[in-house]
Amino acid sequence: MVPLVSMRGITKLFGPVKVLDQVDFSIYPGEVHILAGENGAGKSTLMNILAGVYADYQGRILMQGREIRPASPLDANRHGIAAIHQELSLIPSMTVYDNLFLGHPMTRAGFIREKAHRRSAESALADAGVAASVGSLVEELPISVQQLIEITKAIRLNANVLIMDEPSSALNVHDVETLFAVVRKLKSENKGIVYITHRLEEIQRLADRITVLRDGRLVGSALASEMPEKRLIHLMVGREMEDHFPRHTPRISTEALRVEELTVHRANRARRPLVDKVSFSAARGEIVGLGGLQGSGASELFLGLFGAMPKRTEGRVSLAGRALRIRSPRDAIASGIALLTNDRKATGLISSMSVTANICAASMMRLAPRGWRRPREEARVASEMGRALHLRAASLEMEVGNLSGGNQQKVAIGKWLSTDPRIMLLDEPTRGIDVGAKHEIYQLMNEWTAKGICILLVTSEMPELLAMSDRIIVMHRGKITAEFPQGEATAERVLEAAMGRTNGGEDDR
Amino acid sequence: MIAEARKPIRGDADAESRAGGLRGLGRAVARALASSAGRACLELLLVLVLGAVFNADGAFFKEGTHRDTLRQASVYGILACGMTLVIITGGIDLSVGSVLAVSSVSFSLLTMHMDWPWWTAIVACLALGSILGSASGALVSSAKLQPFIATLAMMTFARGFAKYITGGQKISTYVTQGDKVVIKELPPIFKVIDSRILGGNLAIVSVIFIVCFILSWTFLARHKWGRELYSIGGNEEAARLSGVPVRLAKFVAYSFSGLMCAVAGICQAAQETQGDPETGAGYELTAIAMVVIGGTSLAGGRGSMGLTLLGILTIGYLQKILSINAVPEAGRLMITGIIIVLAVLTQKRRTR
Repeated sequence: MVPLVSMRGITKLFGPVKVLDQVDFSIYPGEVHILAGENGAGKSTLMNILAGVYADYQGRILMQGREIRPASPLDANRHGIAAIHQELSLIPSMTVYDNLFLGHPMTRAGFIREKAHRRSAESALADAGVAASVGSLVEELPISVQQLIEITKAIRLNANVLIMDEPSSALNVHDVETLFAVVRKLKSENKGIVYITHRLEEIQRLADRITVLRDGRLVGSALASEMPEKRLIHLMVGREMEDHFPRHTPRISTEALRVEELTVHRANRARRPLVDKVSFSAARGEIVGLGGLQGSGASELFLGLFGAMPKRTEGRVSLAGRALRIRSPRDAIASGIALLTNDRKATGLISSMSVTANICAASMMRLAPRGWRRPREEARVASEMGRALHLRAASLEMEVGNLSGGNQQKVAIGKWLSTDPRIMLLDEPTRGIDVGAKHEIYQLMNEWTAKGICILLVTSEMPELLAMSDRIIVMHRGKITAEFPQGEATAERVLEAAMGRTNGGEDDR
Repeated sequence: MIAEARKPIRGDADAESRAGGLRGLGRAVARALASSAGRACLELLLVLVLGAVFNADGAFFKEGTHRDTLRQASVYGILACGMTLVIITGGIDLSVGSVLAVSSVSFSLLTMHMDWPWWTAIVACLALGSILGSASGALVSSAKLQPFIATLAMMTFARGFAKYITGGQKISTYVTQGDKVVIKELPPIFKVIDSRILGGNLAIVSVIFIVCFILSWTFLARHKWGRELYSIGGNEEAARLSGVPVRLAKFVAYSFSGLMCAVAGICQAAQETQGDPETGAGYELTAIAMVVIGGTSLAGGRGSMGLTLLGILTIGYLQKILSINAVPEAGRLMITGIIIVLAVLTQKRRTR
């Protein structure tokens, strides 16, 4: 069979980091080609190259024997390639037909032919079997319909190759079925479909061909019939366990935290909640790892626990046996909870402020009890933290934005450590920092648990999760799908649960 | 010079500047330009050089000129104090000129027409200004309106309010009682505020400005609240997740700005010996210009009262120099506009 498109030897660098290394990938007509891999494996990057988002790659893209280089999404569209993104690219405040013709309007002397748009949009929606009025605003429509409109938009551009990047992530069970029906229809029309997903169930039901990426490399590609689940998961994980994780034997004692039926809703409550009635407990001195792939809800669980979304959070939380009401981050800090967020630039640090100011930012209630700051006391706390964390900064008065990633992360950690927490919620504590700094952070985690601090750890790095956790809870689409004591968890089992397979073998919907 | 400033600055720059001519000077300037404060000082220096060149037959070198500069900049300076705090949160307060007018007419009305004792009138005006500021603050912090829109609305409302309570008339010592017009005596508080101390060298309005400045500086640099304002302007979400009471801190910033407007309004009334509902129009722009020229970032998170002081002096001197040279208003406005652009361009380089 002749492929619609084949990508040959694709390599892509982000700065000095090689995110794709000599990857080959082909799309055949009438096939659903699943692109699988852990977070950060390079799936989205590869598809962004095909869709014209990144034009500076090495390698070749061939279409019917001729080389193309999609320079922009528009250019990719001209070659018949269209991407349906995780975040929809429709404009919510515009009508359905305006959206369908966005970027490719029918005009007469530069003026838009509104009526022609309407008519043509109506027939396009009818063809695709979408039940929506073309005149309604996109924001008024359910997310599933929006997605179908996005697909319709792609088809209308005569796309032969459709890239779907986790299209089901926000959909409920019913809408997923509608989506699958559309995918099958596209298949029968001989379109080539690339489908990125983290759900085993979807892979099983849709896949004709499966390609697995790991750390930017192609590790396996075969027809779906030749790639059973076990092999797929083995390929996704497949890396040697690195043994630079200095986990000490924990001295786990009394219960520190109990969470019962915690739910975090989306802003739109009609949609699937981000965290769905999650219950668990954790002990002093214990590191509980929360595993899961993108969209598992683990980060949102932290935000909910921390009082960062009080209006959208329900459930009961108790600390050392005492029930708490946490309505704001302030309450959480006062009760001894700390949250290291997963994006230090966006939500962790104030990069225009000094190291000292950042380290003291969460402890102002203690450092300035009557409102007046004590700069000397702040400087003392900051230098103490700097020493304890082996912070390398030219001065504690320099702006945090000028530090290296690892040192920024230490400042963010120092901010929480100086609040003297009993529970630490660590969301991707080692993201984007070098190996040395990672090692230091692991050792710090050991020091904290030795002092009786309870740590909840969210990480997308499987080795880190397996090595640092005393117990692993796996989440999938907002729910807990498995729990493993240390020793029983293997990368395969965790990944299986993270892709929606519960312990009993039943798929969780 | 501009290219020099971006090069890393070496430790021996001082020694070189002593030893070697233009190159050394370039380096010294480059080092000065590496900080906002240095650039703000340079701007002020350039304006002073401008004054020394166009000295209007030596008028610029007279002591009285500098005294007057400070006095004339004082009302703007008081507004700029509150404005600095608001701008550091990443917001803006367009209502200051109008709230100043409300305070100015209320003060005149209460003391001249209603014969309130001066201190109750002052307290009432300060309260009124704070309430108007708080209203903007509530719109920004709780109703989540954009500061530009919320304070634009307050700017319009307060101007209307000033006209409403005065019936659109200027409030002066000419009081209509029945058919007759009675000329009352100017309340002594007006004279006190418009007087000078230290042998006529320091105007009371300047003293009031200095007090407001120290108050603002103290809060911004030494109080928890000041730190909160910086963190909100720097990264509001990170601040919220660090337990900063974002809404309260923002609300109080706008209230404080309203309080400063009330103080400025009282000074304005005393200087004009009347309450004019049209007074203070356009003052918000001068106050914003003073803050921004100092180097406080309109994006929030960066700046200080010290920088604002340099900005106040820069604009104050510029206006004085133009006025002693008898530049007509048309020219004055155009030159001020150009200088503001140049000054902000100098400050902009750091964030590139």
